[in-house]
Amino acid sequence: MVDLSVTLCGIELTNPLIAASGTFGFGQEYASLYDLNQLGSFSFKGTTLEPREGNPAPRIAECPGGMLNAVGLQNPGVHKVISEELPALARVFGKPVMANVSGFSIAEYVEICQLLDAQEQVGWLEVNISCPNVHGGGMAFGSDPGAAAAVTRAVRRVCKKPVIIKLSPNVGDIAQIARACEDEGADGLSLINTLLGLRLNLKTKKPLLPFVTGGLSGPAIFPVALRMVWQVYRAVRIPIIGMGGIQSAEDVIEMMLCGATAVQVGSANLVNPYACPDILRDLPRVMARYNIKNLRDITGGAH
Amino acid sequence: MKQTVWTIQDNTRIARDTWRMRFSGDSEAFIKPGQFLNLSLDVYYLRRPFSVFDWAPGQASIIYKVLGRGTEHMTCLQPGARLDVLCGLGNGFSLDTGARRPLLLGGGAGIPPLYRLCRELAGQGRLVQVALGFGGADEIFLAEEFRALGAQVSVATMDGSAGLRGTALDACDFTQADFFHACGPTAMLKALCAQAGIPGEVSLEERMGCGFGACMGCTVITRQGPQRVCKEGPVFSREVLGW
Repeated sequence: MVDLSVTLCGIELTNPLIAASGTFGFGQEYASLYDLNQLGSFSFKGTTLEPREGNPAPRIAECPGGMLNAVGLQNPGVHKVISEELPALARVFGKPVMANVSGFSIAEYVEICQLLDAQEQVGWLEVNISCPNVHGGGMAFGSDPGAAAAVTRAVRRVCKKPVIIKLSPNVGDIAQIARACEDEGADGLSLINTLLGLRLNLKTKKPLLPFVTGGLSGPAIFPVALRMVWQVYRAVRIPIIGMGGIQSAEDVIEMMLCGATAVQVGSANLVNPYACPDILRDLPRVMARYNIKNLRDITGGAH
Repeated sequence: MKQTVWTIQDNTRIARDTWRMRFSGDSEAFIKPGQFLNLSLDVYYLRRPFSVFDWAPGQASIIYKVLGRGTEHMTCLQPGARLDVLCGLGNGFSLDTGARRPLLLGGGAGIPPLYRLCRELAGQGRLVQVALGFGGADEIFLAEEFRALGAQVSVATMDGSAGLRGTALDACDFTQADFFHACGPTAMLKALCAQAGIPGEVSLEERMGCGFGACMGCTVITRQGPQRVCKEGPVFSREVLGW
């Protein structure tokens, strides 16, 4: 018998698989396909204080092995998430959920985090300082160590639950940003968010996305994610949630060996809605093949 | 929605750059004309959406236009090949409008989903008018099949090589209709809504990430707020769109 369980910031997960924010809505689309309680957890759609309609269409482009998105944080706003989405979620998901939050000022991050911290269903706050698809927020906080530290400090002060900071790969030195968050009391880090990319429409000879750039995700970015998790693991002592292009049980193991305590699966859900159950089905067999008995023992094993 | 694997039965060219692909496999997730499927193709990371042309227990078919690398690749697929498909996606056309004389208006690649709709409306005893638009005479497809359903069919071509010169819009008679169902290029749909003084609905197309409502990639802003083309759509009433 293999043991898939891990502990993330003091909360026990039956397995390290967390469906990634922005690819899983508030769970309902997948709940009609399989029992969400199979998952370790999932991170719900990036939530802001006010409702957001998102960016103009088209919002999606692609490349071999990946996709670009410029959705722009379309969400119903934190109040509707609390009054409608969380009660609906409670009917299909009995585990702690990860609350993914985004803001356009530190005061906004603080307000949303306070509101969601008070929700019984929320296990962790995943503070997104790395969204590349909005102006004047998101990634602006994640690309500077001082700003990342300021958000972390402000949010940490008002939350009782574990605060996980979601980091951007679009930075010079991700280890430096990671240390800045750890120094201000972050309980964990999740990385990587999407890589900034661009595609043109050759008919118009202009950018395909009206937002111009989009965030690249999918298996194309897996090696970049592994490298950054490796670097951050060497720089901090707090747990890391590794993500970026994971689509198989082998990828989960590789990511954990690089330093991840848990992992998130994102784009893979979009091309295969059963990606998470498929990975979970395969994990015991793949662990056995590589002589792994307890998944929690392999974190950082490659160092 | 249902994920399943379909086997190609035949894959045939039916007009210039226009092919029909018939599959055997589970099609029970389809309940309404205008719904779509999302095909996994070897040449792309993301799936590609196609409206369902027709289905019956254990079989389904699509009609596709060759527009790029993915559809070019599809023309090379042989009977017996298996494709991973998400089927039964989207809302589909309304079958309960109460209209006595529905008008079906299709432009090019937007025509296929109207065929099954026509069959169902004709089966309800409605007097169906069909207006079809193509680039030229060699691109015409399905016109005879619509006529065989008892519909009154008119055709327009952009180059005037068959039927009236112009778009499907030039081939229809609004005075003989009390509701429209349309699918085709966005410019045509908007022009239709501007000209038609009757209620109606249009099927929209948008680039999609997932096709089942998870990624917010295909959102359109409507009078009822942001709506997903893949989930609340692809068919929207003109009132909801404000067109």
